Amino acid sequence: MSTTSTRGLARPAPAKAAPARPRRGLRGSPTFNFWLFCGPFLVGLAIFVYAPILWSLWLSFFEARFTVTPDKFVGFENYTYMLTNDDFVGSLGTFTAFAAFIVPTTWALSLGLALLVNRLRFMRAFFRSVFFLPTACSYVAASLIWKMSIFSGVRFGLMNTVLGWFGIENIAWLVDPDPPWYWLVIVTARLWLQSGFYMILFLAALQNIPGELYEAAAIDGAKPGWQTFRHITLPQLRATSTAVILLLLIAAYQAFDEFYNLLSKTTWGRPPLVELYYKALGESQDYGAGSAGAVILTVLICAVTLLQGKFLGFGRGEEAK
Amino acid sequence: MTTTTPEVREPAKPAERARRDRRGGGVMSSTGLYVATGIAGFFFLVPFYLLVRNALSTDTDITGENWKFFPTDIQWGNIGELFTDETVPFARSLWNSAVVATLHTAGVLLVCSLAGYALARIPYKHANKVFYAVLGTLMVPTAVTFVPSFVLVSSLGWVDTYRGLIIPGLFSGFTCFLFRQYFLGFPRELEEAARVDGLGYWGAYWRIVVPNSLNFFAAMATITFINGWNSFLWPLVIGQDPGSWTVQVALSNYMTNQTVIFHLIFMATAMSILPLVFVFLFLQRWLVQGIAQTGIKG
Repeated sequence: MSTTSTRGLARPAPAKAAPARPRRGLRGSPTFNFWLFCGPFLVGLAIFVYAPILWSLWLSFFEARFTVTPDKFVGFENYTYMLTNDDFVGSLGTFTAFAAFIVPTTWALSLGLALLVNRLRFMRAFFRSVFFLPTACSYVAASLIWKMSIFSGVRFGLMNTVLGWFGIENIAWLVDPDPPWYWLVIVTARLWLQSGFYMILFLAALQNIPGELYEAAAIDGAKPGWQTFRHITLPQLRATSTAVILLLLIAAYQAFDEFYNLLSKTTWGRPPLVELYYKALGESQDYGAGSAGAVILTVLICAVTLLQGKFLGFGRGEEAK
Repeated sequence: MTTTTPEVREPAKPAERARRDRRGGGVMSSTGLYVATGIAGFFFLVPFYLLVRNALSTDTDITGENWKFFPTDIQWGNIGELFTDETVPFARSLWNSAVVATLHTAGVLLVCSLAGYALARIPYKHANKVFYAVLGTLMVPTAVTFVPSFVLVSSLGWVDTYRGLIIPGLFSGFTCFLFRQYFLGFPRELEEAARVDGLGYWGAYWRIVVPNSLNFFAAMATITFINGWNSFLWPLVIGQDPGSWTVQVALSNYMTNQTVIFHLIFMATAMSILPLVFVFLFLQRWLVQGIAQTGIKG
């Protein structure tokens, strides 16, 4: 694009531009305006998104402890260190197990809630609010309630009190990885926090299903209940389901807050971000290894996202909306 | 918008009713439906109840051997104690959160909406390339970039500052993308009328487009504010000095601290949620609408 079009005042329109447009001075030049509108965002993006990523890439090839301007080039040493590091590899395993739990359970629960709320005739707004309200809670606040009130490992915890009524002994929910009760704590906290949000998405999608489809199915002899759900509701929700699953997966990748707060100081049950946090900003301040870990994680996430997009076609269905 | 249709409907005609009953599986009777929803609702509300209960209890009631659903007496004084306790810089952290979340929201809306509009509407030869550059950042979740971002921000000397807490988070590729999607669906005729009347892009944007998009802006503002208020990892990384803690970081520190004063922690947590509950009550219509429209958290 020629730069001159942004300069002279009241120039004639560039030859290639659509002839039907009205007068086009400095104010009207699309190129100038495009950069005027996008400029602040793009500059910020370059400085605070692209630059850190590149810097991180550069750092990952250096020995960088306690410094961000290292001079000792170590090649792929940080990468081999991270990939053979039990804690980091283990954190990828933690993430995989977590995602395998949380994605299907949240999907099912939020869909179930949406189906319930959608059929309500009275108090629909009330129940929608009830399920949606936890979205206002932060993970930190929820972790606190879960850790200190519901799943407190001592007698006065709510769960242990309830279990006590049935003569079951106290369970130390969060201090012992074997048996791994901490998964129950983490998964329920996240379910509570995010199901309502995805319920809203499903509700919107449910209300967009044309009622004629159900009438046609009834004429064809489909029984209400499982059959219509299986053959009409579920297929009609496909685009939303795909988006929800992708969002859940991304959210699972970003898991940090509840793991950090519920399992403070433990060396087990760390997802990748918690592991990186301790690696890069903990006592060792190892930016080189931390950066290598971030790069590995980014590559993994990109690969999974691309693969998933390829299989499920995310994006196309959404844009058509 | 579907989600804002009136909640109370006319009594349905039989055919209409049969059709609605079939939605999502009509096997369940109306009573069963309300029982199931009620039970689910109970479980969703219990944590809130526990929070309020504990916030207004004495420590003995919270940790007593015989746990009771209702506290023996209600300690309204806990509220005052939280804000006067010198060891807990709670008021300061609330203030930090308010400043950060508000400026974050204002900045994100300004910067991302402008860019989203340009990407959707201003004809420019390389707009597609720019759009892909923005899309590319969506592939890298912000949480993964916290190590590099910290490296950058600390070398700028922005650790423990509002600048460091706010500015790096303003450039959300996601929000920009959502605005672009929204503006693609904005009626073109309105702007063209404004252009014919002699307004430039800038004038048309501020005088025609924005005033006619306030619903969407309100929805995005609500979502952005909630995310800003609740964000934890970045404030944890940047706020190293207690004076620059946001409320989430402060809570986290109480939780992992050695000396635990239960009723103050729960009161602090309740106070950290209260502003958002208000946001919810007043702005829920836009919030639900916005989420249903965008389908995505910003």
